[in-house]
Amino acid sequence: MILEELQHSRPRRSLSMAARILRDLNLDGPLLIALLALGLMGMFALYSAGGRNDDLVMRQGLRLGLGLLTMLVAAQIPPRFYRMWAPWIFLGGMLLLALVLFSGDTGKGAQRWLDVKLFRFQPSEIMKLAVPLVAAWYLHDRPLPPTFGPVAVLTLVIIMPTLMIAVQPDLGTALLIASSGAFVILLAGLQLRVIAGLGLAGLALAWIFIKDYQLQRLRIFLNPESDPLGSGYHIIQSKIALGSGGLFGKGWLNGSQAQGKFLPEGSTDFIFAVTGEEFGLLGLLLILALYLFLVGRGLVIAVQAQGTFSRLLAGSISLTFFVYVFVNTGMVTGLLPVVGIPLPLMSYGGTSMVTLMAGFGILMAIQGHRKLLAH
Amino acid sequence: MMILNTRVRLKDHWLEQRIFLRRTLGLTALIAVSMLFVIGRLFELQVLNFEHFSDLSRGNRIRIEPLPPTRGLIFDRNGKVLAENLPSYQLAITPEEVPDMDDTMGRLAEFGFVEEGQLPRIRELLRKKRRFEAVPVSYRLSDDEVARFSVQRHRFPGVDIRARLTRYYPLGPSAVHAVGYVGGISEREMQHLDFAAYAGTTHMGKVGVELEYEHLLHGSVGHRQVKVNAQGRRLDELTSETKDPVPGQDLYLSLDIEAQQAAEKALEGRRGAVVALDPNNGDVLVFASTPSFDPNPFGAGLSVDSYQALQTDPDKPLFNRALRGQYPPGSTIKPMIALAGLDYGALMPGHRVYCPGYFTLPNNPHRFRDWRKQGHGLVDLHESIVRSCDVYFYQLALVLGIDRMHDFMSRLGFGHLTGIDIPGEKSGLMPSREWKRGAFAAPADQVWFPGETVITGIGQGFTLSTPLQLAHATAILASRGQRYEPRLVTAVRNSITGDITELPPVNMDPLKVASEELWDQIQTSMSEVVHAPNGTARRIAQDAAYRIAGKTGTAQVFTVAQADEYDETQVEERLRHHALFIAYAPAEQPRIALAVIVENGGSGSRSAAPVARAVLDSFINDDNARLAKQ
Repeated sequence: MILEELQHSRPRRSLSMAARILRDLNLDGPLLIALLALGLMGMFALYSAGGRNDDLVMRQGLRLGLGLLTMLVAAQIPPRFYRMWAPWIFLGGMLLLALVLFSGDTGKGAQRWLDVKLFRFQPSEIMKLAVPLVAAWYLHDRPLPPTFGPVAVLTLVIIMPTLMIAVQPDLGTALLIASSGAFVILLAGLQLRVIAGLGLAGLALAWIFIKDYQLQRLRIFLNPESDPLGSGYHIIQSKIALGSGGLFGKGWLNGSQAQGKFLPEGSTDFIFAVTGEEFGLLGLLLILALYLFLVGRGLVIAVQAQGTFSRLLAGSISLTFFVYVFVNTGMVTGLLPVVGIPLPLMSYGGTSMVTLMAGFGILMAIQGHRKLLAH
Repeated sequence: MMILNTRVRLKDHWLEQRIFLRRTLGLTALIAVSMLFVIGRLFELQVLNFEHFSDLSRGNRIRIEPLPPTRGLIFDRNGKVLAENLPSYQLAITPEEVPDMDDTMGRLAEFGFVEEGQLPRIRELLRKKRRFEAVPVSYRLSDDEVARFSVQRHRFPGVDIRARLTRYYPLGPSAVHAVGYVGGISEREMQHLDFAAYAGTTHMGKVGVELEYEHLLHGSVGHRQVKVNAQGRRLDELTSETKDPVPGQDLYLSLDIEAQQAAEKALEGRRGAVVALDPNNGDVLVFASTPSFDPNPFGAGLSVDSYQALQTDPDKPLFNRALRGQYPPGSTIKPMIALAGLDYGALMPGHRVYCPGYFTLPNNPHRFRDWRKQGHGLVDLHESIVRSCDVYFYQLALVLGIDRMHDFMSRLGFGHLTGIDIPGEKSGLMPSREWKRGAFAAPADQVWFPGETVITGIGQGFTLSTPLQLAHATAILASRGQRYEPRLVTAVRNSITGDITELPPVNMDPLKVASEELWDQIQTSMSEVVHAPNGTARRIAQDAAYRIAGKTGTAQVFTVAQADEYDETQVEERLRHHALFIAYAPAEQPRIALAVIVENGGSGSRSAAPVARAVLDSFINDDNARLAKQ
């Protein structure tokens, strides 16, 4: 209802009323509109990619609803509470991760453990927020830019969960978590020459320890099209889907690649390709614009935020969201190696939706509570 | 009041905010650049190459065809081909090109190209594979079937005849228990396989060398991209995208196929096994188990009936007796027990025992019989090996005790896997007190009895060994304690460059005994078994161009009651004793050590020893020719 009122741009009175409701609920109007728009477009794409499966769309809608609810709750909590809880959330998450790692057999252990307990989330999801939270908490009362000691400690804090998730193995999530932590350090002002030095040291280490067969694997990893019977098949089909969509697309429910099931994982990781086939370049540009808007709005909130903790946290959440979008679209277009990262808000799959929305809830909390604290 | 050291840094909110803003702007620029890449790529795909991709998606599609590698060849030690690949025709379905799968399958069965009963299996197979992957539904089409299908081809879009290389074993049933065979990849195997690496491959190793060395034999898959129209007709090959398959590696086995076939011929019509090793490096020279079977139908798709027939055959041709048959070794272990006695110093030199034809324990009326009813009289160690006196070894076993026997025989490999390079080996059993405690549930059964020690001395009772283990132990006697893991594959040839990589023998710790002279003593006794006028295997010494050292053995299949006599002519064939023989030759410089078992063969000297002689002759001849050539 709120949305309709906003979209139809009714008389000024109701607009200001809607704005008042939003403000009272600590919700950020621009963020909310973009989120809802992307969620709705995702459901349209999903209906087509999933073979006109109502059930699939219903479930996705339910998840979106749950996500919005989570966002609403997260937005009500003042940032200082997040700061207080940050270390505990992190420790709890690490505990769960360790449990996943050491219980049951490795490989599918993570999934199985959670299946048995009927939990609907993976501990690695908690870490997606826990890592930027704890990193921002750790730096918030230290003089910035951080000196060597704190950076070293923080690096360790980030690497531990990253490795634990990487061995599950869930490289995509590990990458997101590592970058969320790295963004906090970066935004805190770590000197560029230190960053460059670390990068060079890492490369040098890798060069020394890398084995021949690992190099070969890396080559295939970087160029999946050399292996069209394996992961390259996805990319070839995905490129055909995108390319044949052209400027305007074949129209909703008319994509032959998606409808003919030639494109694997069309409703999950490769939904961007389905959208591109049916809505063309213009449709994709609209979607990318919405994503960029979300990231931009998040960064504005970060810059306006009060206090080091809020600023670093908001920045990290927004930038990590961009990494999501970039890695997925890069993968689908064949620019980047195939890493299992879904397209946020659009891909089918529940676990990440709630985490994402909680992240936006935190952004809104930072924005909303700022005014109250201004005095 | 605290005085602040100037070196302590304070939080500078103004500075922090400025840094944050600068960094955010920098990262925003990075975001913009990354997005430009994505958008540029989208522009390239959707605008610049629109025609190309549009073409591909509209009817004209790219089909990715896997190019399965050629399986490596298998040779014997002289380069004779044991496994090769021959062209044949398969019928294959490419799911993504079939408009109505049920209809197509129904008509394939109707025209007789596929057996009705195979349909569920094929459906399951199709479900598992990727849509673009051609799935074979019939492996070896006859020329007639090829002709008939070619006429009907237009009625079966997505179904195609393709020429493929299939595995062929030119020697048929010969050496199948060592080489193994390939068969269609089963559903269960598919779950453990790397899908991509086996794309287009329909068969894999099932047993033997074919299974153990699957990773070398298979090679690596290639692929090409082909433009096809909606009916699956090939339009154009995108040659730039082709990656050639890498053929599998060729394997050289240690087997001497001449000797192998001599063994199989000598065992013809019997159930039995021969394993021969080179005592100097562990090479498996002969690995025969009879009856055998022809592996070729397994690759062609064995009909359910033929497979049932193989499985229910009472002679069990599928059973690998050489590797998995566990038999009591009987008297063949006497030289080894004797060596144990000497090594532990349990025997005085020249010690003699009077053999009345039976042996009793104190305070126990049970008579442990000698195979010779009237006994051997006064015998020493040497004589009791040559004439195979049981009573001497009953007593020696009692002096040694089960624990020492267990320890020494374990060092000769009894009760342990030999480590041969084919899967499925059985470990046999060398009993001990400890083993018996764990093996039985009832406490009364867990006690070790002295009578059990007694019969262990002649290789009866609980003791079990495979023909392979027996050959392995014989090789250790022949090489005076040198131990090698038996191995079938001795060299690998790169099928592209032709480079041959020799694999070094797998050395194990040598078996050390108290003095080197003990070996001489045992080896002399063993060659007297064959060459002395009273040796139990004297019959096979006739006209031998070289000296043979050996030992006969006869293993009870069932127990004769104390009061009864065992009369071979009156016992049903399946209950007759197993005949065993171990030997190595030439006695002075051993080049081959072997073990023979003939199930229900009666006596070792009569049915097993002649088999050994045939194998030894064949190998030594062949080996001499080989040496002469060099």
